[in-house]
Amino acid sequence: MNAPINARAESALAFSLRRVAAMMLRYWYLLRSSWPRLLDLVYWPLVQMITWGFIQYYVMQNAGFFARAGGTFIGALLLWDILFRGQLGFSIAFLEEMWARNIGNLMMSPLRPFEFIIALMAMSVVRLSIGAVPVTLLAIVFFGFNLYGLGFALVAFFLNLMLTSWAVGIFVSGLVLRNGLGAENFAWSIMFVFMPLACVYYPVTTLPVWLQPAAWLLPPTYVFEGMRALLIQHTFRADLMLDALALNAVFFAGGVFGFLKLLRSARRHGSLMQTGE
Amino acid sequence: MHVVPAIKVERLVKVYKHVAAVDGVSFSIAPGTITGLLGGNGAGKSTTIAMIMGLTMPTSGRVAVLGAEMPRERYRVLHRMNFESPYVDMPMRLTIRQNLTVFGMLYGVPDLGGRIAELGEAFDLTDLLDRPTGRLSAGQKTRVSLAKALINSPDLLLLDEPTASLDPDTADWVRTRLARYCRDRHATVLLASHNMAEVERLCERVIIMKRGRIEDDDTPARLLTRYGRRTLEEVFLDVARGRDEAREAAQ
Repeated sequence: MNAPINARAESALAFSLRRVAAMMLRYWYLLRSSWPRLLDLVYWPLVQMITWGFIQYYVMQNAGFFARAGGTFIGALLLWDILFRGQLGFSIAFLEEMWARNIGNLMMSPLRPFEFIIALMAMSVVRLSIGAVPVTLLAIVFFGFNLYGLGFALVAFFLNLMLTSWAVGIFVSGLVLRNGLGAENFAWSIMFVFMPLACVYYPVTTLPVWLQPAAWLLPPTYVFEGMRALLIQHTFRADLMLDALALNAVFFAGGVFGFLKLLRSARRHGSLMQTGE
Repeated sequence: MHVVPAIKVERLVKVYKHVAAVDGVSFSIAPGTITGLLGGNGAGKSTTIAMIMGLTMPTSGRVAVLGAEMPRERYRVLHRMNFESPYVDMPMRLTIRQNLTVFGMLYGVPDLGGRIAELGEAFDLTDLLDRPTGRLSAGQKTRVSLAKALINSPDLLLLDEPTASLDPDTADWVRTRLARYCRDRHATVLLASHNMAEVERLCERVIIMKRGRIEDDDTPARLLTRYGRRTLEEVFLDVARGRDEAREAAQ
């Protein structure tokens, strides 16, 4: 028999970089073997960027305010894409396991749930980079909008948006784990619930007064307001970023808590072996 | 000397929406033995195995695997177990080598390249290692699943219908390798199967389940004597249909 390994390595909280790397390798093999998956990462952000870029170009020519607010549309679009694609990248990597009927193999392996989550988070960044970097470079070429010109602010925006996208992705993965692929649609559509309230393309003051408190409960709202402050007033609102970070901590903890609860419920209902519809 | 059972199940119950899939099952399996778990569809075999693996939580009762309480202490022993089941697949776009690499890393297998080569040879997969798993025949896929199940040289192997999609020759070949593996490593196997010849050949003990309960539990030879039958298949029919009805069918 194998000699028992030490107690620390046997703990449910023991972290193994090798197991996280194994999962990342698994998704990398998959991406590398499938050109439609790679193309999918790029084509929709590209189409969106071109469409909104031309709309912005049009309104800039016809409205004084928008002429001053250069880049807000296309900036909002690119940041929205980080939020949406970040969550989708996380969820699709998870769904690949469900589609492949591989989740039982993983749950039966020594892979810890939090290692699985970390691997999915890392893969969402990889997938986002493959899709977003070429598109952001094309935004410079086509419309003269340099997202990287936002400097440190971009780091703060990116970090906050990714945290929200992971929190939502983690929770949705739990829903799919518990309810099977019948819950898959949440992965594709849940982020659009955020869109009107997160005030992606307009300021929070556009919303009815009674709805504004709800908007301020969402971390992305602070990021999009921060972006407009930067592009229109040329002011970096660190206070907004800190508020977003605090809310994100709550969202992320909620996402992980929900995932673990749903995983436990899936074990109780025997849904880890039956992952169909 | 006290020997820790490889599997110990006590008064295990699993209820799904008022239906008891497993209803008060108890058994203990000694290390280094091969035990067959028989039963018709819906008898509770797969649910029992899922609870032993820690994938499903029992409604009541307890399961201990290699001395660890499941599912609470599963991380103490998961690296020493593995399984093969028709309920799971491996990623189809990944090659056999890529799949075995990923699972080998998850299980912390040392000298992974050497282990993959060894399994490739043992399961006649060497020439197929760089082929996507989705492009294999059903029999080849089963061999890959078994190779994955042995990647970490487990002390406990749970097999659910391991030779279901294999032709008789390949199935026999796989059984020989499984038997050799268990003998050489003193590994424990719990085998759920509908193939009575397979169970008769591999298992030194048979547990027969029906409607979530254990109907009988003995060595194949003693079961044949007790039921006055020549094959385990006849014994299985006796249990599944009730003795008189099965005797008529046999005649």
